[in-house]
Amino acid sequence: MDTQNPQTPAADGPIVQFRNVTKSYGALTVLDKLDLDIAQNEMVSIIGPSGSGKTTVLRVLMTLETINDGVIYLDGAPLTHMPKDDGLEVANEKYLRNHRSKIGMVFQQFNLFPHMTALENCVEAPINVLGMNRDEAESRAIDLLRMVGMEGKKDEHPSRLSGGQQQRVAIARALAMRPKIMLLDEVTSALDPEVIGEVLNVIRSLNNEHNLTMLMVTHQMGFAREISDRVCFFYDGKIAEQGTPDQLLGDPQNERTKQFLHAVLDAN
Amino acid sequence: MEWRWDFTFEILPRMLWATGNTLLAALIGYAIALVVGLVFLLLQQTRYRLINFLVREIVEFIRSTPLLVQLFFVYFVAPQFGIILSAWTSAMITIGLHFGTYLSEVYRGSLNAVPKGQWEACRALNMSATRTYFRVILPQAFPVALPGMGNYLIGIFKDTPMLATIGVAELMHTANALGAETYRYLEPYTMVGFIFLMISLPTAAGLRKLETAVARAQGQNK
Ligand SMILES: Nc1ncnc2c1ncn2[C@@H]1O[C@H](COP(=O)(O)OP(=O)(O)O)[C@@H](O)[C@H]1O
Ligand SMILES: [Mg+2]
Repeated sequence: MDTQNPQTPAADGPIVQFRNVTKSYGALTVLDKLDLDIAQNEMVSIIGPSGSGKTTVLRVLMTLETINDGVIYLDGAPLTHMPKDDGLEVANEKYLRNHRSKIGMVFQQFNLFPHMTALENCVEAPINVLGMNRDEAESRAIDLLRMVGMEGKKDEHPSRLSGGQQQRVAIARALAMRPKIMLLDEVTSALDPEVIGEVLNVIRSLNNEHNLTMLMVTHQMGFAREISDRVCFFYDGKIAEQGTPDQLLGDPQNERTKQFLHAVLDAN
Repeated sequence: MEWRWDFTFEILPRMLWATGNTLLAALIGYAIALVVGLVFLLLQQTRYRLINFLVREIVEFIRSTPLLVQLFFVYFVAPQFGIILSAWTSAMITIGLHFGTYLSEVYRGSLNAVPKGQWEACRALNMSATRTYFRVILPQAFPVALPGMGNYLIGIFKDTPMLATIGVAELMHTANALGAETYRYLEPYTMVGFIFLMISLPTAAGLRKLETAVARAQGQNK
């Protein structure tokens, strides 16, 4: 078993490695011995039917959930586990806090802090977690809010912003923690159609202008095709098929993938 | 029997002094209940299932028996087991425990009202548990708890006349005494009712203002 064998991946290897990762809820196996490598600066999209475990992949990587088996490595060190004697043991909270800061996450439901303004949302963790002083945190946050086109609304509370605006603030908030990896979970699914474009534009510019590794769950097939280096099709807690966007979306080999893509195209 | 203003003014000083005691009892009782409520809440979420269960049962028991019975138990029954407390101490303990159970439910409900996504956002931003509570969860739970907390402040205040039964010299007790001394009951009891009204109404209005102010400070359009 992998937990007995803590070979540490080379630092210039993949930034994320899932090794034999299993996650179950009771009798339900949601991730089934998953292996997944993500390279530095790679943009990976995850597609697949509802309930196939897409969100769970992001949640276990963000360490919002614990895994039942296997190990996740991050940037050359184990993430879900910590070294002990000659092996690994399940990471404690302190270890997690030291390691997960390299990861940022944007949620489907935004999850902005409703009692704080857009700017306060973006400086809270940099000040209190990274220990930045307020002036520096604010000037960086304002830069980020400008980048997502939200500088003019920096003093508004989330309740005064549209869904698309809230999601752009949420992206800025995650970026303010200087993550190396960004996890995006269906970030446009809760949005009205007319504001989806503004959020996709922000993600596009992130991908072009920043050294960020991104792992994105999406139902926007066109967008995934345009922006991804690789697309993974999830089925039943496994990667049923993966490849370049043109391969996977243009010329799928797996029956399940074909069925799924047909269903998605029919729905649109 | 007709209203006598000269008698009213004659007893006014004693009534006002008793009002002071009523307010003192309500405020000290409330302060204790606020803390007891927190303790009850925390003791139901420990790592030890047995403790959680026992505290849960105790809370349920206190909540479903009348305040007056509890008061008599602490003041009249406990001494027979060697626990002798003054009327004031008995009153404060009983009010603190009784309303503490209600407040622990208010706290619990308000914490549950904060969406799970808020905890997850904090975790994704790598915030510590303490920061998460004090910067994100409690500020959102507070406005939810505020109406309930306000109701129980007024509730305790309006229940203080029960303390007369064990001899705490609050408004009701003083009115009883005046009635017994002078055989006039109209003025003392009318004054008790009036004084309660004069304190309850503005307090309730003030609490509503506070709720609105808190909501506005947090950017809710209320
Ligand atoms: N906290 C949970 N408890 C029990 N089952 C869960 C929980 N979270 C997710 N699941 C189940 O795990 C499966 C995969 O969920 P998810 O990763 O959210 O799928 P997807 O994002 O691909 O739609 C689903 O069947 C879901 O019902
Ligand atoms: Mg999902």
